[in-house]
Amino acid sequence: MIAAHLPALQVVVPLLAAPLCAILRQGTIAWLIALVANWCAFVISIALVLQVRELGIISYELGGWAPPIGIEYRVDLVNAFVLMVVSGVGAVIIPYARKSIESEIPRAQRGWFYTMYLLCLTGLLGVTITGDAFNIFVFLEISSLSSYVMIAMGRDRRALTASYRYLIMGTIGATFIVIGIGLLWAMTGTLNLNDLADRVPAIEEARPVLAALAFLTVGISLKLALFPLHLWLPNAYAYAPSAASAFLAGTATKVAIYLFFRFFFTVFGGEGFFDSTPLPEIIMVLSIVAMFAPGVVAIFQSNIKRLFAYSSVAQIGFITLGISLASEPGLTGALVHIANHAIMKAGLFMLIGCIVFRLGSMRLEDMAGIGRTMPFTMAGIVVLGLGLLGAPATAGFISKWYLAEAALLQGLWWLVGLILLGSVVSMIYVGRVVEIAYFREPSEKVAGLKEAPLSMLIPGWVLVIATIYFGLDTTWTVGIAQDAAASLLSALY
Amino acid sequence: MSPADHILAALAIPVIGAILIALCRKHPNLRETVTLVTAVLLFANVATLLPVVLEGGRPAVYGFPVTHELSIAFEVEPLGMLFGLIASFLWIVNSVYSIGYMRGNKEPRQTQFYVCFAVALASSVGIAFAGNLFTLFVFYEILTLSTYPLVAHHGDAKARTGARIYLVLLLSTSIVLFIPAFLWTLSIAGTLDFVPGGILAGKASPLATGVLLALFAFGIGKAALMPVHKWLPNAMVAPTPVSALLHAVAVVKAGVFTILKVSIYIFGPEHLQATGASEWLVYLATFSLLAASVVALTKDNLKARLAYSTVSQLGYIVLAAAIATPLALIGGALHILMHAFGKITLFFVAGAIHTATHKTEISQLNGIGRVMPFTMGAFFIGALSIIGLPPLGGAWSKLYIALGGLDGDYWFVVAALMISSLLNVAYLMPIVVRAFFRPPDPDDHGHGHGHEAAAPAEGGSMWSRMQEAPWLCVVPLCFTALACFVLFFAPDAVETLLSGMLEAPR
Repeated sequence: MIAAHLPALQVVVPLLAAPLCAILRQGTIAWLIALVANWCAFVISIALVLQVRELGIISYELGGWAPPIGIEYRVDLVNAFVLMVVSGVGAVIIPYARKSIESEIPRAQRGWFYTMYLLCLTGLLGVTITGDAFNIFVFLEISSLSSYVMIAMGRDRRALTASYRYLIMGTIGATFIVIGIGLLWAMTGTLNLNDLADRVPAIEEARPVLAALAFLTVGISLKLALFPLHLWLPNAYAYAPSAASAFLAGTATKVAIYLFFRFFFTVFGGEGFFDSTPLPEIIMVLSIVAMFAPGVVAIFQSNIKRLFAYSSVAQIGFITLGISLASEPGLTGALVHIANHAIMKAGLFMLIGCIVFRLGSMRLEDMAGIGRTMPFTMAGIVVLGLGLLGAPATAGFISKWYLAEAALLQGLWWLVGLILLGSVVSMIYVGRVVEIAYFREPSEKVAGLKEAPLSMLIPGWVLVIATIYFGLDTTWTVGIAQDAAASLLSALY
Repeated sequence: MSPADHILAALAIPVIGAILIALCRKHPNLRETVTLVTAVLLFANVATLLPVVLEGGRPAVYGFPVTHELSIAFEVEPLGMLFGLIASFLWIVNSVYSIGYMRGNKEPRQTQFYVCFAVALASSVGIAFAGNLFTLFVFYEILTLSTYPLVAHHGDAKARTGARIYLVLLLSTSIVLFIPAFLWTLSIAGTLDFVPGGILAGKASPLATGVLLALFAFGIGKAALMPVHKWLPNAMVAPTPVSALLHAVAVVKAGVFTILKVSIYIFGPEHLQATGASEWLVYLATFSLLAASVVALTKDNLKARLAYSTVSQLGYIVLAAAIATPLALIGGALHILMHAFGKITLFFVAGAIHTATHKTEISQLNGIGRVMPFTMGAFFIGALSIIGLPPLGGAWSKLYIALGGLDGDYWFVVAALMISSLLNVAYLMPIVVRAFFRPPDPDDHGHGHGHEAAAPAEGGSMWSRMQEAPWLCVVPLCFTALACFVLFFAPDAVETLLSGMLEAPR
């Protein structure tokens, strides 16, 4: 029965496809393999969501070895949701990637790019699906190492320093995580998350356990670019090839955020423990600063990819804010924003990639008047930008609505105000892009541009339409996220 | 088609129109025909709902849920019916005028102009027919966004600054104040539906009611209540048809319409009166309407003066919503109608003067009534209606609001309204006097802008002296001026319609 092996296939399909790309090398064939593998992964993730909704938590023993000895893959609604987001965003980006990569990466390296892409996808899906703490570390490194390579493939030479910086910071993060996991293992004798969830609450006052929590929090914060550990992100996103920027912006940080959920609410025994530590306050303060400081920095960027990279740091602040509230609407808002932000930011980087494809520049100043020569690309960017600032009838509104509601339920009026003020900051940087693109006279270069090729425009617009669709119909986002949040709070796993 | 289909059609027609207009961008005549046909169809379609509403029906579309608490839904009640009729009817008139104006001034980017206009109208209709606060909010924001390109139309530094202020003020007030307002409403009342008698009645404490009302009153920036009025004068950089329909009718009226709607269907008039929570708003609205009139006096730019006049007149409607007695509420709704026709006339005139002579300042208008008698005659009528003199429509609405104020024991309101009317005289009548009774300036031959006509020869016949704007501009403004007169005889009909909005649920 193939249905019973879906959890393994989720990771194995892209994992096997990756070396296939490396062996065949040729760009188009590698692209085709990546396309098929990614779409398979997406279909599998949807099937998993449906299975989990129907049958509850799925436990899969890899190679038939029972959990304490073997590795267990464990799928509940939370990670099924994240799996769907990650593979779904990838599935939209891959058709787009072909033209974009052809213009940005030399022929000889294209096959390698898709290899790295598939490894990165494998890593992200593996981190999400596995029920084993050390396995998390392994997959996290697979995804990180492959993303360093993807970033370094950027055309701009600054891509190399950006990648190097990410490598240093990412490795520090990974080290912290592995120390945290090691401490947990030393204290409990298990690496299985489910067993950890059983044993940790009994000894959660022990100092090594608290130290483990601290190491894990800092390590994961580095990976998810929580302010002020975000310094690797802007340049990495700015100088990576467009397709890689879109993929990483949509998925990589989201998976790290998922680890927050898993460790705070599953391993460390749910709401009660999380609230008893100073963590909620610390994360809340950092999130609030993240909502504003990088947002303000974004306003003054002259490189459009850096602008939206800073915006990512700000939006991640919204997600972690939801986690710090530790209530059902708060976690719902955070989970929904994982999906919504993935859709919107991936879409933005894809459409920006369309502009870079035609214009060959990422400078905002060079884009004066581009709204007239590339109307569909720019219109898409406007809609996605509106989503980012949380305009009603876009996906962004839904996430912020739940976050604001969560703050209100806890009587935090000032926080409602701050969440909404955060949207005003996004309005300013989105507005700046719109003004330059529409209300300045096009330069000669811009006036001679053509609209982006359809193979790039259509995938971008799929996410534009998704942004509006998920602003109006939330059965697949809020519907799942709400149940997932409830299961997290009751520490079901 | 059932009434529910007509509601959906009212939203679909302008959107389809917008798409067709965009497709016809290479053929200006066809494009303008599409605009006109769309406008007429929209009005005809909205009008079919009127008999149903008059009979007490409340056609509704129970759209679809967005989340557990939020849903998109439409319901047509009398106030929304009135607003929908006004907006869609004046769109026809304004479209005719736009064609004359945009071609007369050889404006750039006309396709974008007509497309945005159609989208703005679709969202106005959406606001009018919204069945709950969330739906209203969605269309409210779309209206802001779709009018932004219209304000920035000229694309120069001034237009960009004006448009930026417009967008930032309207969006940020709506995000920072309006969203918390309906979030809070939801948490108190458990629903956001518009229900006669109010959903907060009996549930919100007087203090909470007062604070919520403040969130609504300032969060609905389109109502231009001081101190959130700055966007309106700044929006005057837009081409005049935009100022006329959107910034005298659709956008600003959407604001005060929302405030009336919130007062009647969210708070409930009786709740407002019983708690006294709206008393502060009575004072603030009175201040706003007087202060704006005073500012209007100081403006020499015609459109700026009219803009402040609009701020002042919107204050009347907010005042009515705050007084919340039945007469005041009917007066407020009537004022939406009466002021719409009066002010659109005045803006049409400003645009016609600009088209014919490129003059924008009041001090340049000496003697212009002799060369543009129809235009300035219409201005005179429109001005009288704004001042509130019989036999023009504006007289009724001010009377109702004043009587409503007496009902609510706000004596000073009557005094304030009288002072305001005097101020209206003071800032509008000098324009008329200048135009008809002052001799033209000697150095001004009225042709400095490519017009070939000779200087107005003294003593020639009236027709030979005339230098009117294109007839496509003049006819609409004469028509709306005439309508101000006709409306004087119509308050009964409107009152019959509106009385339904205050009835308790059946």
